[in-house]
Amino acid sequence: MYKSIGKGMYKNRYLYLLLLPAVLYYALFQYVPMYGILLAFKEFRIRAGILRSPWVGWDNFADLVAQSDFWQAFDNTVIISLGRILIEFPAAIALALLINEVTRQRLKRFYQTVYTFPHFISWVIISGIMLNFLGDAGVLNQILAAAGLEKQAIMTDPGWFRPIVFLSNMWKEVGWSAIIYLAAIAGINPELYEAAYVDGANRFQQLRAITWPSIRGTAAILLILAVGNAMNGGFEQIFNLYNPGVYQTGDIIDTYVYRSAFADGASFGVTTAVGLFKAVLNFALLYIANFMVKRLGGEGLV
Amino acid sequence: MEKAVSGQERPAKQAVTRRGTFSAADVIIHAVLILLTIGMIFPFYNVILMSFSSSVVISKQAVYLIPTVFDFSAYRYIFHEPRFLNALLVTVFVTVIGTLVNMTVTVTGAYALSKQGYPGRKLIMSAILFTMFFNGGLIPFYLTMKNYGLINNLLVMILPVAVNTFYMIICIAFFRTLPAALEESAKIDGANELQILYIIVIPISKPMIATIALFYAVDRWNEWWFGVLFMTDVRFLPLQALLRELLTNYQQLLTSIDISSVVSQNAGLQPEMLKMAVLVVSALPIVCLYPFLQKYFSKGVMIGSIKG
Repeated sequence: MYKSIGKGMYKNRYLYLLLLPAVLYYALFQYVPMYGILLAFKEFRIRAGILRSPWVGWDNFADLVAQSDFWQAFDNTVIISLGRILIEFPAAIALALLINEVTRQRLKRFYQTVYTFPHFISWVIISGIMLNFLGDAGVLNQILAAAGLEKQAIMTDPGWFRPIVFLSNMWKEVGWSAIIYLAAIAGINPELYEAAYVDGANRFQQLRAITWPSIRGTAAILLILAVGNAMNGGFEQIFNLYNPGVYQTGDIIDTYVYRSAFADGASFGVTTAVGLFKAVLNFALLYIANFMVKRLGGEGLV
Repeated sequence: MEKAVSGQERPAKQAVTRRGTFSAADVIIHAVLILLTIGMIFPFYNVILMSFSSSVVISKQAVYLIPTVFDFSAYRYIFHEPRFLNALLVTVFVTVIGTLVNMTVTVTGAYALSKQGYPGRKLIMSAILFTMFFNGGLIPFYLTMKNYGLINNLLVMILPVAVNTFYMIICIAFFRTLPAALEESAKIDGANELQILYIIVIPISKPMIATIALFYAVDRWNEWWFGVLFMTDVRFLPLQALLRELLTNYQQLLTSIDISSVVSQNAGLQPEMLKMAVLVVSALPIVCLYPFLQKYFSKGVMIGSIKG
């Protein structure tokens, strides 16, 4: 294209100038921290810093797999992520299909506005709202008391924690997730529906033959991304909702890392090893999901 | 669509938009959607109600639906509380300066990345996308920020989040849809890329830029996590982190800001009201911004969400 790379670069010098802030950001705040991953194979000494701390090989990982708390967090992460994919993923599609059946544009917009609103509220605020609702003196317990029933300590009950995680996340994000499907549906050629109507297809048949195939690709990509994030488990939500009473069912890898490093004073080497373990697993899952979707004839992410 | 209406046949288009028909299916669909609407609104409504009604009134009724008492002492109190005002100031600062930084870095970067055919673009793009799927994790991130001297520094809530890759991809996708002819004519007149961006591209991209700015503003306003992680000095805590403390370490906070004396001074003021009042104030700007936000985001999200 250009006679030499140097000439090409000079011609585009203003583009590089524009790129500079973003490149600096990614270098300083995304790539520089990555070298800290070395800590997973070192014993961190504050005075020595990351680079001069002594190497310990795979010792940190050996420590990790010996801890039952880690495996509890690992199991919880897998179960919570799997639950999200099985419950919340189809819910967003179902909601989009439901909203799509509303014919009056104004009403449709109203529903969308209401459902997407909680997405913009922080988990801190939502946890406060939930305490107000489900806490010891909350609305639910007032109703139970008025009905002459026993009070429930829902927020500190390990048996209730996961259902609450799924429900509250659905409440917060289902409308937002549905928007992407609604946008995909809006792109469908209306003539397809006209043709289907002329052929005598009813509403449900149109949904199966036209709407669903048109959003299947979007669903596949979102599914790949969800699987690729499976080991994350939603830190902000869990961190704001959990308490020592529900660690056994609610502690995920991210909250375990935070707690063991900052509250319990575990070694930074071991906690970095947890983070690396998680990141590698996420990456592997992303590739497996992508491969499977392609294998099944869908369009993959990469 | 001027088809003759013969017999029971309706015009096809009407059938498609289903105007004027209201079947059993519609009843079920609307019933579900209305129930969901109530489920979405009621928790907010209840929190607002609680924030200005004393618990004495609330405990008398099983479900407190219609306000009978208006007691604004909780609001009066928090706006006289220095810690709250300080946290509010921190959050406003982070939101204003943070959003400015976000927009500068995102728009310049996205504009350059929307252009093709210069050396290194593909490499930079892949390096950026890679960070969406892989990062160093919490501990390396924490140590790096510590090395940069960002502990107890307001910049920690601005610089490490200067770009949201997802928003930048939306921006890149949008810039690609702009007609090339506009910029070419400016180029012939001798304008460079900086001038083109400033004089031509930004003015015609206002709706998209406003959307992204509002997204960023909401994110900065909602900042709490870096406050918890990096601020050991309470003077640097953002509003949401203070609210979190209020909700989780209420007893501790009680002794530190001596709410008990305030509560005893104001007979009607209850701790629950106080929590809910801070909660309402923390969510208020988003409630106010939301109508503007909502107008644009569905389109914007569609452009950028699938595949960069």
